[in-house]
Amino acid sequence: MAVPQELEFFVDPGRCIGCQACVQACTECDTHKGQSMIHLDYMDRRLSPQTVPMVCMHCDSPTCAEVCPADAIKRTEDGVVQSALQPRCIACNNCVLACPFGVPKMNTDMRLMMKCDMCYDRTSAGLKPMCASVCPSGALWFGTRAEIEAARPRSMPVNTFRFGNQTIRTKVNVMVPRPAGPSLVHITAALSERGTSHELIDDVFTANLYV
Amino acid sequence: MPRDRDQITTPPDGQPMTEQPKWRRDFPIDIPEDEYVARRDLIKFMALTSGAFVCGHAFLAAHSLLRAAEPAADAARPIARVNDLQVGESLSFAYPDGENAPRILVRLDEERFVAYDQQCTHLLCPVQARFEEGVLHCPCHNGYFDLQTGNPIAGPPRRPLPRVALDIRDGVIYATGIELSPP
Repeated sequence: MAVPQELEFFVDPGRCIGCQACVQACTECDTHKGQSMIHLDYMDRRLSPQTVPMVCMHCDSPTCAEVCPADAIKRTEDGVVQSALQPRCIACNNCVLACPFGVPKMNTDMRLMMKCDMCYDRTSAGLKPMCASVCPSGALWFGTRAEIEAARPRSMPVNTFRFGNQTIRTKVNVMVPRPAGPSLVHITAALSERGTSHELIDDVFTANLYV
Repeated sequence: MPRDRDQITTPPDGQPMTEQPKWRRDFPIDIPEDEYVARRDLIKFMALTSGAFVCGHAFLAAHSLLRAAEPAADAARPIARVNDLQVGESLSFAYPDGENAPRILVRLDEERFVAYDQQCTHLLCPVQARFEEGVLHCPCHNGYFDLQTGNPIAGPPRRPLPRVALDIRDGVIYATGIELSPP
């Protein structure tokens, strides 16, 4: 079974309210009981309550798998990058350090890297991932592209990112504002910009456009 | 966007897989490209292989049982006269057909003759009779068979030499059949 091609994951960080529902839902999954695969980060806690959920973006050219010396990280035919194969993973931490999005998590007790696999047991059966099924504000959303474009006409999905000289295309989309929507999200450039308060501009990705 | 289902991962430089170095083709990221054996596939393979072994052995057992039960259908054929051999002398002959079935005939005493397959049951070297020691000797790997019964005594062979049934009528020795197991 494979994840249906028309169903896609959309992350809208501007809608995240930091409620931790996705983290709790992820923790309850039986395939990695007690450990959350989702990262919920504060942007700048002094200035803003803005939080950003980070799930695996499932890159077309997965850096984690590229750097794996043990050939342990594999991608299924529907484009989902899976957790490290348990018999192969040598717990070297390369993937944790290499992933530009900071997704893989090293479980030092089990000596195994585990990461968000888009709830492959659920999505391959046509269900939503746990986080997307509990998110109250729609920051994590799973469905067809037509549905989300109809529901959020002012945003558009983007799946191209640039880290320095590395341009990455991903399976998971990030929603950016439509009027001045950039064709890609330039993350390294955003790092050197002045922080913008959540109160002034209500979207972390829009904030980068006006500097 | 339609994508090839088997090979979906693009290498970092964006070039097609045929342009990539060999190590990248040897260690693909996509599961369909990888030679990953699932537990179910392994168990299926093991079950089918051991099933094939069982069938093969059943066939071999049935085949040898049928062959042992078969009566000696070969016609009696004269080999030699009784007076041709002194006691302790041996003679090679072919039975039932020409070249493919070499046999050895040995005169044990005035009355008794024995005949065996001359091919050692180890690797088909021709065995030679050593009357004084009471054995048939295979020089290839120092195999020994009992001259009286054809049973293996020493060396690599583990199975007895097939015995040729003899019948002596009017001073002529006839081969009448082949006994696979010693009487």
